Amino acid sequence: MEVATTNPNEETNVWGGGNQPLNASYGKLMMWFFIVSDALTFSGFLVAYGFSRFKNIDSWPIADEVFTHFPFLHGVDAPMYYVALMTFILIFSSVTMVLAVDAGHHMNKAKVTFYMLLTIIGGAVFVGSQAWEWKNFIKGEYGALETRGGQILQFVDANTGKRVALEAFAADIPTDRDTHQRSNGLWFVNESSLPNYSVEEVKAGFAANENLVIRGEKIDEKGHKIVLSREASLAKINDAVGVVEGANLIHNEYGNRLFADFFFFITGFHGFHVFSGVVINIIIFFNVIVGTYERRGHYEMVEKVGLYWHFVDLVWVFVFTFFYLV
Amino acid sequence: MAHADQKLAIFRGLLKFKSNVQKIWGVLIFLSIVTTIEVVLGIIKPESLMSMFFGMKILNWIFIILTIVKAYYIAWDFMHIRDEKGSLKGSIVLPLIILIPYLAFILLVEADYIFEVMNAGFISWNF
Repeated sequence: MEVATTNPNEETNVWGGGNQPLNASYGKLMMWFFIVSDALTFSGFLVAYGFSRFKNIDSWPIADEVFTHFPFLHGVDAPMYYVALMTFILIFSSVTMVLAVDAGHHMNKAKVTFYMLLTIIGGAVFVGSQAWEWKNFIKGEYGALETRGGQILQFVDANTGKRVALEAFAADIPTDRDTHQRSNGLWFVNESSLPNYSVEEVKAGFAANENLVIRGEKIDEKGHKIVLSREASLAKINDAVGVVEGANLIHNEYGNRLFADFFFFITGFHGFHVFSGVVINIIIFFNVIVGTYERRGHYEMVEKVGLYWHFVDLVWVFVFTFFYLV
Repeated sequence: MAHADQKLAIFRGLLKFKSNVQKIWGVLIFLSIVTTIEVVLGIIKPESLMSMFFGMKILNWIFIILTIVKAYYIAWDFMHIRDEKGSLKGSIVLPLIILIPYLAFILLVEADYIFEVMNAGFISWNF
C-alpha cells in the first residue's frame, strides 16, 4: 500500500513489474504462497488420518474415551471440554491478532502493542494446553494388554460397565526381570522402561476377579466397543503378549497404534506451527515497541504475521473436527 | 489495501457493521456460537443424527459442514480475503477447494476398499 502511486504509464505495462496486479505487496503474496502450500501439507496429513481411519473403521479408538481430562478435575469424565476450551483460546487470540492488524491500519502503536501482547499470551496458553494434553495421552489412564497381532485388550467391570485400571486388579508376582539396557546386556539391543506389571501378573489378577471382562477394539453398529463375555475373555487373555501403559509411537493403550502416531504427528506439527507463530509474534511485538513500523510508515508486517497466525487457527479448527468431534 | 475500502457486511449483507472492529467482534460471536453448537452436539450425540448418509453419520456431516463454515469466516474476515481482488481470492481458494476434496475422495475410497478386503477375510490382521 505504500507503493499505491501507480501512474497510467505503468498501468498499461502489467508484466513489466513496478505495479501490483493483485493489489497486494510482494511480502503478502509470498505469505499467501506459503499458506496455500502449508494448507496442502496439513490436508495431506489429515487425509492420511482419514485413510487409516476408514481402513480400520470398525475398530478405531473413540476420541471421547481417550481425551477425558480437565485441569483440576481429577477422575471426572469430561470428554472434549478441554479441547473446546483450547479452541476458544485460539479463536480469541486470532481476534486479538486481527484487532492488532486493524490498529496498525490506524497507525495506533499503543493498541498494536497491547493486542500483540494478548495474542502472544493466547498462543502460549494454547501451546501449554497442548503439552498438558500430550502428557495425559502419553501417561495413559487404565493400561491394557496387547496381543501378538497388535490388538489392544482393555478391562471392564461386567457389572458397572466402567473401565478398570491394571493397578486395581493385577496380582503381585515377584520377579527379577530387569530393563535390558546397552550397559547390562547386548550392546546393540535396547529396551524402553518396563511396564509396572507383567503379563503374568495381569492374567493372574484377571483370573481371580470374576467380575472382570475384556473389551476389544471392535465397534458395534451403535458405535460402542464390543465387550466379550467372561468365558470369551478368559480365552482371549491368553493371546496377550505384552502390557501397555499409556501411548507412544509403538504401543498405544487406547487402541490402534496409528491413532497415537497420527495424534502425535498432526497435533505435534500444528503445535510446532503455534510455537513458531508465538516466536514470530514476539519478534514483531518487539519491533512494534522499538518503533520499527512507525518509522517505516506502515504496519504491514503485523498484517503478514497475522495471516500466518489466522492460518494456524484455521488448521486447528480442522484438527479439532477430525480428531475430536468426528 | 487501505482500511477505508473494507467490506463491513457479512451473511450476504444481512448483517452490516459500522466499523471494522465491530465486525471482528461480530465474527467472533458467530464463530463461538458455531463452536458451541459443535461441542454440544459432540457431547449429546443425538440418536436421530446417528443414521448413515453417504458413507458417514449425519452428525459427522454436520460437523464437517460447520467446520467449513468456520473456516470460511476465519479466512474471509480475519485473513481479509473478503477485501482482496477477485484474482487473488481465486488463486488462493481454487487450488485448495479443487485439490483437497480430490485427495480426500481418492484416499477414502481406497481405504474403504482395503477395509472391505480385510473384512471379507482375504487378509487376516488379527493373528
